[in-house]
Amino acid sequence: MSSTSAIPSSEVVSKKAMQRCKRRDFVEQAFHLLFMLSAFIGVLSVITIGFFLVTESIDAVEYAGMSNIVFGLEWLPPALFGIAPMIVGSLVSTAVAVVIGVPIGILTAVFLAEIAPKALVNVLRPAIELLAGIPSVVYGFFGLVVIVPLIEQVFNVPSGSTILAGSIVLAIMILPTVIVVSETSLRAVPKTYKEGALALGASKIYTIFNVLLPAARSGVLTGVILGIARAVGETMAIIMVMGNAPAMPGSILEPARSLTANIALEMSYATGIHSSALYATGVVLLLFVMMLNGLLMYINRERVK
Amino acid sequence: MLSRNQKDLVLNGLIWLSAIFTVFFLLWIVFYIVSNGIAYVDWAFITDNYSRTGDEVGIWPMIVSTIYMVALSLAIAAPIGVMTAIYLTEYAKAGSALVKVIRFCTESLAGIPSIIYGLFGLTFFVGVLGLGFSILAGALTLAILILPVIIRTSEEAIIAVPLAYREASYGLGASRLYTIVRLILPAAMPGIATALVLSIGRIIGESAPVFLTAGMVASIPGSIFDSGRTLTVHLYMLTTELYTQHDWNMAFATATVLIVLVLMINLITKLISSRFNKASY
Repeated sequence: MSSTSAIPSSEVVSKKAMQRCKRRDFVEQAFHLLFMLSAFIGVLSVITIGFFLVTESIDAVEYAGMSNIVFGLEWLPPALFGIAPMIVGSLVSTAVAVVIGVPIGILTAVFLAEIAPKALVNVLRPAIELLAGIPSVVYGFFGLVVIVPLIEQVFNVPSGSTILAGSIVLAIMILPTVIVVSETSLRAVPKTYKEGALALGASKIYTIFNVLLPAARSGVLTGVILGIARAVGETMAIIMVMGNAPAMPGSILEPARSLTANIALEMSYATGIHSSALYATGVVLLLFVMMLNGLLMYINRERVK
Repeated sequence: MLSRNQKDLVLNGLIWLSAIFTVFFLLWIVFYIVSNGIAYVDWAFITDNYSRTGDEVGIWPMIVSTIYMVALSLAIAAPIGVMTAIYLTEYAKAGSALVKVIRFCTESLAGIPSIIYGLFGLTFFVGVLGLGFSILAGALTLAILILPVIIRTSEEAIIAVPLAYREASYGLGASRLYTIVRLILPAAMPGIATALVLSIGRIIGESAPVFLTAGMVASIPGSIFDSGRTLTVHLYMLTTELYTQHDWNMAFATATVLIVLVLMINLITKLISSRFNKASY
């Protein structure tokens, strides 16, 4: 072969090639590192947010005491920092929203997955996606100009800005989440379940309620919990329709302030202990959301396996 | 007692009623706001400045602030999000402890209510970093908020690129980076674009974390270090001072602009995803 004559030149070539390889290796490694660092920004953000929530709320907890904050009935900064009325406001408005919104959401999902003809589904689905995309301020505005006056008239109360108004707005806002997640899980139920039930002589409706919905329950529950999380975390729409009085509400026809509203309304001017108490409000809110997330993980534990 | 047939009939009726209810509410919201507002959305409304005294009631400063906010948030979050997705799908060992930690944190971020981001942004970006109420502080806050959406959607798009692309590329001796930049990213582009459009919708729609970090000064921000009022914050501010019919009209007009924006974003998402589905794989 001609290898003997090629030896010197190939040495030169390989040296150059080695250099190029090294440079390329370096670039590869550098980008590998860059991608890895990017991935850690999310981790870093969670740690920083958690760190600030805890350290900033310590002052208020030391000043007022944990139980006085969580169970305290009076919110009079900078003296009293009881957020029990806000906890009740958040939980009650969310609960009523769930009672109104979840059945409608699940049944609409059933309609889309099992009953509606395909042409109708193709119209309805984008419409529901639109409902999901409308900014919460717009929902709040709609609630303010339509729902609030309506409640004033129907229930003959001095102000329609009540928990009920907040709940109705929240119920509309959680509809898209409940519908989309429930519909997806209903469609994921194996066809054989339905065919089996129908073949045994069950009616279509009986099949839906006794076979399909039970089979899709973990997905439907996931949709419901995501909806609850959205309702608990909602801020602006609630501020605009719920009245925001920081007192313990006596009924759902009275105004109330949610945890989120407490933060949003006072954070921009709060200082010292007051600001720290708002952080404590944030910690309580986050604890509720974390409980919901824990519930989600528990429900979906089989699916992960 | 109801017979089984009657029960079926009632339940069927309830299902129809629920679906009608959902559609009715959507139509009611959209039509009520647009029909009351569209008459006041004219060229002057869009391009005029805004002054508290009421000489000028246009929304141009808010549009500019919103555009700044969208552009800056995306400029921060998009590279980080896409690179995270690349790391998770192409580099990290699936199921390793590291991936689990990253994924857990990303999911936690997605679950945090937006007001908490506002609280954090106000203390950290506005206060500790000394950015003041500024577009930059707002954009940094929103960037963290949209990060989970971008990561998750980009990840799905990258995973959907057939393994054969990678095998063929590596088989021809291409490096990992070359394969990612020249093959995987272009193929995953429609999905990544969807992620970005979704995030734009999210940025435009957010309000609580925005006014806590970017403030609510209703003039055109001179730079990203100035405060600015986005459209959603503007609508909120308008609703706090509804005294005359004119105030109402302006609020309806602003809400109409927001709904039209959301409609446009949904349409763009549809267009991209329909092209995505038609793609060769």
